[in-house]
Amino acid sequence: MEILKTAMAGTLESSDAQVTVEPGTDGIELTLESSVMHQYGKQIRAVVLETMERLGVENAKVTIFDKGALDCTLKARVECAVYRSNGITENLPWGGVIK
Amino acid sequence: MSHPNKKRLRRSMMFLNCQKPGLIKDPYIYKPDSIMLDLEDAVAENQKDAARYSLYHALQEIDYHGVERVVRINGLDTPHWKEDIRVCVAGGADTIRIAKTESAQDVKTVEEHVLAAEKEFGRPEGSTLLMAALESCKGVLNAYEICRASDRLIGIALSGGDYTKDLQTTITGTGVELMGARQHMIMAARAAGVQCWDTVFTNLDDMEGFEKETQMIKLMGFDGKSLVNPRQIAIVHKIFTPAEKEIIFAEKVVREIDDKKAKGIGVFTVDGKMIDIAFYDGAKRTLAMAKAAGVYKGDL
Repeated sequence: MEILKTAMAGTLESSDAQVTVEPGTDGIELTLESSVMHQYGKQIRAVVLETMERLGVENAKVTIFDKGALDCTLKARVECAVYRSNGITENLPWGGVIK
Repeated sequence: MSHPNKKRLRRSMMFLNCQKPGLIKDPYIYKPDSIMLDLEDAVAENQKDAARYSLYHALQEIDYHGVERVVRINGLDTPHWKEDIRVCVAGGADTIRIAKTESAQDVKTVEEHVLAAEKEFGRPEGSTLLMAALESCKGVLNAYEICRASDRLIGIALSGGDYTKDLQTTITGTGVELMGARQHMIMAARAAGVQCWDTVFTNLDDMEGFEKETQMIKLMGFDGKSLVNPRQIAIVHKIFTPAEKEIIFAEKVVREIDDKKAKGIGVFTVDGKMIDIAFYDGAKRTLAMAKAAGVYKGDL
C-alpha cells in the first residue's frame, strides 16, 4: 500500500498516540517521541514497523507522539492513519492485514 | 438451540467511548457485568473510522476477564452501521446493541448483516447476540414485535434522552416522563421472554437520586441499568443482588413447596407467610440470580 497523502490519527491524551504518515521515498523514516521512551522505545518502534510491513507500506515518513499507548492502540492508530491516507473507510480487511 | 449466554446476569452495562483508548483498556477492574463499547453518539462523526480500529484491537487483544463485551453500533439511518457490524463480528464482540431500533424489521436487517459477517470472518453462525435500544415513541410502541424479531435478541434497553426528546418533554429526575415507556417495555420483554434494561442516570452529583431510581426500576421488574460511570456499579449490584435473608427465604419456599406437593398439600405457611405454587418461580428466580451473582452456592 502507498501513502498517497498526509494523514493523521490519534490524540495526545494519556494512553493514546498521535500518528502522522506522509508520502516518502526512502523506506520507513520513523520519528518517535514517547513519554515512556526509556522503557518502551524499542518495543514501540518494533510494533510500528511490523504494522507498516503488514500493511505493505514500503515508503513513508511516520511521526509518532506516544503518550503511553498500549501495543493494540499503536497498531490501531497506525492502521487508521495509513487507510486515511488512501481515503479508505469501508470494507476493511479485519482479521486480514488488520490484525 | 438458544445461545448459552442469552440470559446471563446483566445488572450493570457500562458505556465506554471507543474513541478513548484510556477508557477501553481496563474497565474490567470495576467488575461490571457488561461493558458497552460505544461507536455511536460518544464518537465524533470524523472519528468513526478511528474508533473501529481501536475497537477491533481491543476485542482481539484485551482480556476483559469474562465481562460481556457489548458494542453499540451506529443507527440504520447513518452510513456507518454496516462497517460497524463487520468490525464487531470480526473482532468477536459478544453482543451488538442496535441504536434507535424502531421495528422488528430493523432487528432483522441487522441480523442479516451479522450472519453475512459471521460467514465472511469464519465465526460460528449465531454466535453474535443482539440487543435493541428503544429511543423513540415508535420504538417503544413496537417493543413486543422487536423483542420477538430474532432468536439472537437478548433484550431491549430504554434510551431516555432521545425518547423524551421524541415525546417532547425532558428528563425531570422524577421519572414521570419515563413511566409509560418503562412499564410498556418491561411488559413486552417479559411477554417475549427476553431481558430489559433501564436508561442511564447522568447526574453524577446525585448518587442518592441514582440509588432511588435504581430501586424503583428493580421493583418494576428490570434486569439492570445502563451506566455512565464506574461509581454507579456497586449501587446497582447491591440493589440487584438478593440479600442473604431473601436467599434463605427463597430456599425455604422451594424446599417446602417440593415437600408439600409430594404430600398433597397446596397451601401452607413459611415464616408466617402464606405460600402456594404461585411463589415457586419467583423463589427459583431469586436463587438463580443469587447464584449468578456468586452469593449462593446451594444446590437449588
